[in-house]
Amino acid sequence: MSWISRGLIALASLIMIGIYFQPLWKIRLYAPQYPDGLGMIIWVNKITGKNPHDLQNINLLNHYVGMKKIDPNSIPELKILPVIFGFMIFLGLLTAVTGSKKLLYAWAVLIVLIGVASLIDFWWWEYDYGHNLNPHAPIKIPGMAYQPPMFGCKHLLNFKACAFPSTGTYILAVSGTLGVLSAFVEFLRGRKKA
Amino acid sequence: MKSKVKLALFSAVAAGIVSLPSMAQSPAEKVYVPHGKHDEFYAFLSGGYNGQLSVYGLPSGRLLKVIPVFSVFPMNGYGYSEETKAMLMTSHGFIPWGDTHHPELSQTNGVPDGRWIFINENNTPRVARIDLKTFETTEILEIPFSGGNHASAFTTPDTKYITAATRFSVPIPQKDVPIAEYKKYFKGTLTFIRADKPGKMDIAFQVLVPGFDYDLAHCGKGPSYGWCFFTSYNSEQAHTLLEINASMKDKDYIAAVNFKRAEECIAQGKYKEVKTKYAHNYRPDEGDRIARTEWKTSVKWIIPKECPGVVYFLPTPKSPHGVDVTPDGNYIIGGGKLATVIPIHSFEKMINAIKNKQFAGEIDGIPVLKYEAINHCEIPNPCLGPLHTEFDGRGHAFTSCFISSDVVYYDYKKCKVLGHVPTYYSVGHLMIPGGDSAKPWGKYLLPMNKITKDVFLPTGPELPHAGQLYDISANVENTKPQFLLDLTELGEPHYAQAIPASILEPKSLKIFELEKNTHPYATKSEEEAKVVRKGNIVHVYMTAIRSHFTPDNIEGIKVGDTVYFHVTNIEQDWDIPHGFAVYGARTSNLLIMPGETLTLKWKPEKPGVFPFYCTDFCSALHQEMQGYVRVSPKGSNVPIKYGTGEEMHTVK
Repeated sequence: MSWISRGLIALASLIMIGIYFQPLWKIRLYAPQYPDGLGMIIWVNKITGKNPHDLQNINLLNHYVGMKKIDPNSIPELKILPVIFGFMIFLGLLTAVTGSKKLLYAWAVLIVLIGVASLIDFWWWEYDYGHNLNPHAPIKIPGMAYQPPMFGCKHLLNFKACAFPSTGTYILAVSGTLGVLSAFVEFLRGRKKA
Repeated sequence: MKSKVKLALFSAVAAGIVSLPSMAQSPAEKVYVPHGKHDEFYAFLSGGYNGQLSVYGLPSGRLLKVIPVFSVFPMNGYGYSEETKAMLMTSHGFIPWGDTHHPELSQTNGVPDGRWIFINENNTPRVARIDLKTFETTEILEIPFSGGNHASAFTTPDTKYITAATRFSVPIPQKDVPIAEYKKYFKGTLTFIRADKPGKMDIAFQVLVPGFDYDLAHCGKGPSYGWCFFTSYNSEQAHTLLEINASMKDKDYIAAVNFKRAEECIAQGKYKEVKTKYAHNYRPDEGDRIARTEWKTSVKWIIPKECPGVVYFLPTPKSPHGVDVTPDGNYIIGGGKLATVIPIHSFEKMINAIKNKQFAGEIDGIPVLKYEAINHCEIPNPCLGPLHTEFDGRGHAFTSCFISSDVVYYDYKKCKVLGHVPTYYSVGHLMIPGGDSAKPWGKYLLPMNKITKDVFLPTGPELPHAGQLYDISANVENTKPQFLLDLTELGEPHYAQAIPASILEPKSLKIFELEKNTHPYATKSEEEAKVVRKGNIVHVYMTAIRSHFTPDNIEGIKVGDTVYFHVTNIEQDWDIPHGFAVYGARTSNLLIMPGETLTLKWKPEKPGVFPFYCTDFCSALHQEMQGYVRVSPKGSNVPIKYGTGEEMHTVK
């Protein structure tokens, strides 16, 4: 492996450490009686409110339409993802140290798979959250589902829900791109030699 | 080219002048606060005989809140809930009503700081502290050896002390004597209350003074720091038909009290410790938020004869009401309500007169200073019935005139009247934001009137009191104050205070943190809700959250039980209070703020099933926020059973 590729994969791994300190996704809810909006912030290992009690208040409002309570303790992804990304950081650094091309290609394939799987999982979680409603909910509107958007804004009854990726996701994107770039450089070098 | 630039510059300046708000805006524009904007000032108007304190926004004149202080308030359960009952405890027992007069904001360096506002109760002498994070009464102190606490609750510039005094002199100590022997037995007290430590309000000392009627007070600032001034009338010491008998002399007195001297005398042991009993009620603004009464048992008396230099009398025409110290602390203006002049005393002259012993006599060991020696000037022919003065911070004084129904404004150094503005009708006190402090925000003037007549739509014989808002931001030397607005008042405001919204608004509390709630009967989650019987006492640990109570079905209560509903609002969202009321309960409802626990006491008197419900429209399912409590006959063996939804718990 060239020093450039080693440097790139090392950099990709080090940047990835940032996702433990930056949120991945932000969901904001606006309504007339919540002019400043309620906010939910998704991190790699937790879900918090924009303000101290936002999560409780979102759950309170959601129970009227029968949505499940968001309980960070019962979402397995929040326990699995930190381990997965920890492993990727370790693997990336190991690749840089050993200079193993096999590890590098494995890293590049894995990060793409993890990225795609995470987005699908997130979408599925939102789908389930918005569709799997308590049949005894006090407010039932035929045909209405409450799946929040992943990108952009959507009207859900009296609320306007807006969701956008946040710094953590951008960090992952940069990290993944650098790693894939590193693999690509090695791949090209290999072909040149041959 | 150059001329074009000049022309542009000229036009810009001209446009600026034309659009100067104070010139161009109509009264309606000046008081209109559009949606999305807030008022510029919080104003606090005493409620007089309603016993409360009203909060208004200025300049809109919108009523924002009534803060219950000395009267019960069934609207939110103040004085009814177990957590607030003790606030109204006195040495005479629980008193459901009071007469609030003079609100006073706490000060730092002579400037209102927005920590607290104090207010006095006239009838059963007391003072209260209201916290300005929660806008709730947190502390009430009873004043012993007093009758009619009127010259109160005026602060020193550092809020070390607030004042109290007897408007009605009484036998001190109280005893059964013929009223006609007034001169022999009746005395006055001037009281200094330590006020700078919340929860620790206490009487520092009382100065024993002759049996006059002590009316109003204000403390010195700047050069006059260390002194407080109290007006008196009835120096004739009449005990009947005071309107004639107390109006004989053409001068009464302002009592000037040197509290630093009083502190010295106390340090030197020149005081008398007197046994008595009075209540100190404190409801902390966090933690368990339960009001408790502490009984105090003695006060320190300072007898002027034994502590020379502690008090002097300043002769002042005639039956003076207000005593108001200029922002610079140099002048003391007496509101000589029956006088034909407004007397202005000079603090510097007063100190010199004391030094040079320019005394006209002595009353009960209190030197009377020579009027000529202390008087700065008399404002000639100001108006009729001058009562009370506030300042704009630019060298001008504004004095309310009851009889002539107007406000006179003048340059107090030059003693020159500048003009008058009318009031509708018979103005009592007036208020300028910060107008009794060292740094007034001299933008508005609010005279508060005693007589309303035809100002508003009539509402039968009983009418609201009226106030008028004036814009005094322009230079009153050459521009008349602009009349902006009539506003309706609650009860009878005897005085008011105002402070820029920018000081209070950011620190106004939104919720009580449930985590910090240390109430012994707090229920912090629905899982903890329960019903516990202890003999004839039943404690219901209940939660309220949109849109149900837990438990909402309760059985096993018996006639003869005393039931305490301890309701915790477990919401943590701004402006989501829940109410709680029980059918037939001989008390008020509770209005429980997010994170707070309040308790309703109920003694069911007959068997049956009684509904309870949320009284504050909290949510879309508010109408469903209800429950039932089953009451069985005395001696029946229905077990305690409770729950919400499918989970019912039986206590065996």
